[in-house]
Amino acid sequence: MSTIDRTNLTRVSAAGLAAAIAAGDVTALEVTNEHLARIDEVDPAIHAFLHIDYDGARAQAAAVDAKLAAGQTLGPLAGVPVALKDVFTQVGIPTTAGSRVLEGWRPPYDSGVVDRLRAADCVILGKTNMDEFAMGSSTEHSGYGPTRNPWDLERIPGGSGGGSAAAVAAFEAPLGVGTDTGGSIRQPGAVTGTVGVKPTYGGVSRYGLIALASSLDQAGPVARTVMDAALLHAALGGHDARDSTSIAAPVPDVVAAARRGDVRGMKIGLVRQLMGEGYQAGVSQRFDEAVDILRELGADVVEVSCPNFEYALAAYYLILPSEASSNLARFDGMRFGLRVGDDGDANVEQVMSATRAAGFGDEVKRRIMLGTYALSSGYYDAYYGQAQKVRTLIANDFAAAFEQVDVLLSPTAPTTAFKFGEKLEDPVAMYLNDIATIPVNLAGNCAMSVPIGLAPEDGLPVGLQIMAPSMADDRLYNVGAAVENALVDKWGHHLIEEAPAL
Amino acid sequence: MTTTGTDLTYDDAIAAYDPLLGFEVHVELSTNSKMFCGCPTEFGAAPNTQVCPTCVGLPGSLPVVNQVAVESTIKIGLALNCEIASWCRFARKNYFYPDMPKDYQISQYDEPLCSNGYLDVDVVDDDGNHQVVRVEIERVHMEEDTGKLLHTGGDTGRIHGADYSLVDYNRAGVPLIEIVTKTVPGTGALAPEVGRAYVIALREVVKSLGVSDVRMEQGSLRCDANISLMPKGSPEWGTRTETKNVNSFRSVERALRSEIIRQANVLATGGTVVQETRHFQETTGDTTSGRIKSDAEDYRYFPEPDLIPIAPDADWIEELRAGLPEAPGLRIARLQQDWALSDFDMASVINAGALDLVIATIAQGADHAAARKWWLGELTRIANSDGVALEDLAINPAQVARVAELVETGSLNDKLARKVIEGVLAGEGEPDAVVESRGLAVVSDDGPLLAAIDEAVAANPDIVERITGGKPQAAGVIVGAVMKATRGQADAGRVRALLFEKLGVSE
Amino acid sequence: MSSQTSISPQQVAHLAHLARMNLTDDELIRYAGQLDHILHAVARVGEVAADDVPAMSHPQPMVNVWRADVVTPGLSAEDVLAGAPAAEDERFRVPRILDGE
Repeated sequence: MSTIDRTNLTRVSAAGLAAAIAAGDVTALEVTNEHLARIDEVDPAIHAFLHIDYDGARAQAAAVDAKLAAGQTLGPLAGVPVALKDVFTQVGIPTTAGSRVLEGWRPPYDSGVVDRLRAADCVILGKTNMDEFAMGSSTEHSGYGPTRNPWDLERIPGGSGGGSAAAVAAFEAPLGVGTDTGGSIRQPGAVTGTVGVKPTYGGVSRYGLIALASSLDQAGPVARTVMDAALLHAALGGHDARDSTSIAAPVPDVVAAARRGDVRGMKIGLVRQLMGEGYQAGVSQRFDEAVDILRELGADVVEVSCPNFEYALAAYYLILPSEASSNLARFDGMRFGLRVGDDGDANVEQVMSATRAAGFGDEVKRRIMLGTYALSSGYYDAYYGQAQKVRTLIANDFAAAFEQVDVLLSPTAPTTAFKFGEKLEDPVAMYLNDIATIPVNLAGNCAMSVPIGLAPEDGLPVGLQIMAPSMADDRLYNVGAAVENALVDKWGHHLIEEAPAL
Repeated sequence: MTTTGTDLTYDDAIAAYDPLLGFEVHVELSTNSKMFCGCPTEFGAAPNTQVCPTCVGLPGSLPVVNQVAVESTIKIGLALNCEIASWCRFARKNYFYPDMPKDYQISQYDEPLCSNGYLDVDVVDDDGNHQVVRVEIERVHMEEDTGKLLHTGGDTGRIHGADYSLVDYNRAGVPLIEIVTKTVPGTGALAPEVGRAYVIALREVVKSLGVSDVRMEQGSLRCDANISLMPKGSPEWGTRTETKNVNSFRSVERALRSEIIRQANVLATGGTVVQETRHFQETTGDTTSGRIKSDAEDYRYFPEPDLIPIAPDADWIEELRAGLPEAPGLRIARLQQDWALSDFDMASVINAGALDLVIATIAQGADHAAARKWWLGELTRIANSDGVALEDLAINPAQVARVAELVETGSLNDKLARKVIEGVLAGEGEPDAVVESRGLAVVSDDGPLLAAIDEAVAANPDIVERITGGKPQAAGVIVGAVMKATRGQADAGRVRALLFEKLGVSE
Repeated sequence: MSSQTSISPQQVAHLAHLARMNLTDDELIRYAGQLDHILHAVARVGEVAADDVPAMSHPQPMVNVWRADVVTPGLSAEDVLAGAPAAEDERFRVPRILDGE
């Protein structure tokens, strides 16, 4: 595999880098240093990273090289650099969840995801930017300033995982690990021309994942190719006894599926409620073209109706704030993180209230209060209780649909990347970015966003969302690979290669 | 005693009002590890050394249920005749307090693991009349304990006037089982006794299962007593208060008695009882006002998303049911029959918290009357005056059995036996060693007795004249002198016999 | 119901208190407007006929996930106190809980 361009290591896929490292064509340390240099070069403009672990990354890379030199055979991602959304705990490394309330906090324990990355001999380059506590669709709500979309520095990279998507799209890392609660991996993937996957709920450990909404959060891969995402998904997935919601079953063979990319005879459903009106013209156009490609490749395409999806956004914006209001209560200035107002005179309530007022941004405060309201005595049944019922109905809609078809499709997001500030005035306008991605989080099944082209009107990336039943994550990779292969054939390159030079 | 004007007595109060009781008892399980993580639960460790990300509530941490805690809860539920849920969830109880690592407690809300049970409690009044009160159990559910606060800077280490507090999370996450009764009506004048008897009976049940030490003084059994008064003849339920800091069986009784009097006095003067939490004060026997409950926190309960529902297998439940030990009530009935005791006498044993100690002493060879006599008599007196529980005294059943044996064989009399017990409690060693070192054996050799008698006779010629002159009862003085001379180690009966023999007088 | 949902600054103040967050008067007014707007959007969950529908709290149909009652290694006091805003005598130091008397 000495066909990689050693002068341009940052343009090589994760699979390519791993093979070159394993073959001895290049060392893990060289690969890491190239990526650190790239970060130094472009991140001042992009601001994807909140913390870059130069020493730690080089030490991890050197350790991989030592193992290889000693004749050990390592896994399929050994030596590959990864950018980690700053929502995962990593010992001794600042972990902020994009919030000032955790500024400077260095966790004393590693998350399950970090354990898996170490076991795979990946190199963790640093922590990437995100909307505060993963609440947002643009990374504008980060407590540390926004991240910029590599396709257009005046535009958002999506959210909440804008940092990891931008890092991968800007070739600062071949892989990222994000979290997806309502689309926070997929939507950034769509607007940055990268691949993002939300695995089946319970497929990847949530231990050490700073919780937003416990029944919705899921960690997943961010990459530039479907195969890279599959390799990372396989490395991350699996049971973790420390996470009670973790599934005790093997990860479906996503790598084999990514290799296959064969949709002949597959039944594909287009969700009526997730297309048409409310979707930017260029987005709909590319979506239709992608669907045509799948028809040409031999899939049967039908339209399906999931009527309760109309209520998904409403249910989500009740369930999420409710769980979040409880999950974020622990940030009270008593045991870790920021403490404000402890002058020896103020009492504990005053210090807690001052700390949380100073440490949390607007969106976080809004959602905490919304959740507090929805769970309040007298309001529970009408809001939270009712939302949980709607959730069942949405899951039922998926179940019914998957009896007819193998996968469902929709555009990932209703628009391409919007400009900074465009949706900050109206919280609900921002929430609408998640309209297509939310149903999957509610039902707990899996979905992927894969790049399918640039919208003609603005030249910005568009993503296709592929949805599959719980535990059928391999279907995502099969269909994703089929689409990707067809488009690479057509264009001669992956879409990301068209991103402007930085 | 606090007075509010009319000074109704307890009897006055009971004549005018019907008490309605309720109890919330927390049992700390004796599992190896905590409820939701693998940290140890041992008492007395250095602060914050039995902690992990989960029980300190660090960001990203997650709970995992302790299976033995689930099993213990089911056992308690079965022993209390409850229905076991076929499917239930944990719930979050949300509120802010510095001893709460997550600022929510994982508990159970509308889906307790066990519900709708009962415990039949034997209550005996002062006249020996007994009645069985069926205390209905509303629910038995699982939750986690909080950390411990040390209030610093104030005078007495109490929360009032403290400058700041220090928190130790070793105890945070220890499994707690909450047992809540339904309202207990119709107890009338016996309400305080019913309360005490219920807590004792509940403790017996839980103890017999081996799932907790259930020691009130150590905090592994905590009781909150709820009470409201209903004016006789009125259908309206009164306002309920909850009393905490009730740390012994006796305190349960005293707290209820005190609250009945207090509430009656409030109502009699036309006042209203405030719904609040009150604190029992050991020294005065009164309750004082705590935080007003009307400012009730909205706990915003919702199902705990980080934990998976519990659906106990029916076969497993039956297996646990088959493995339950003999119900304490039945055991007590059997023992009472074996020992041929009256209800009153049996109740005395139980009320003193002495049942297991008595049984253990009998197992060591003592006769049951002697075992009861020592534990309920001298040892209870000492325990009360020292302010400790019977089982915390520095004497064990084997030692008590040995003392009883020594008395039975005549080596000791009662007075000497009490001295031996004193010695054992003082740490001087086993009963035989104490007898030896303190020289407490009953003098069984007539020689020294005769010598002492001669001395006393010589010193009391006028008494001797009265004895020989037809007043044998005067012998008591000589016997007393001999007892004094022998430091109580003579057998008084033997002294008297020898004296009469010497004087040639018949008794 | 959805058209009548309306949240006042006083209600927001109550919510902020329940959630232990100090808000200025301006913030109370601003958030009241925004929360009101959001509530109108989410209240439509009430339009769905769902009386006989069970609520879903967990997406995957699992039961009985638990662990054996064994002790496993935790954190040292040093580790757990390292991130504490204030510590004393191996304990977390927190401001006084009640106002002085």
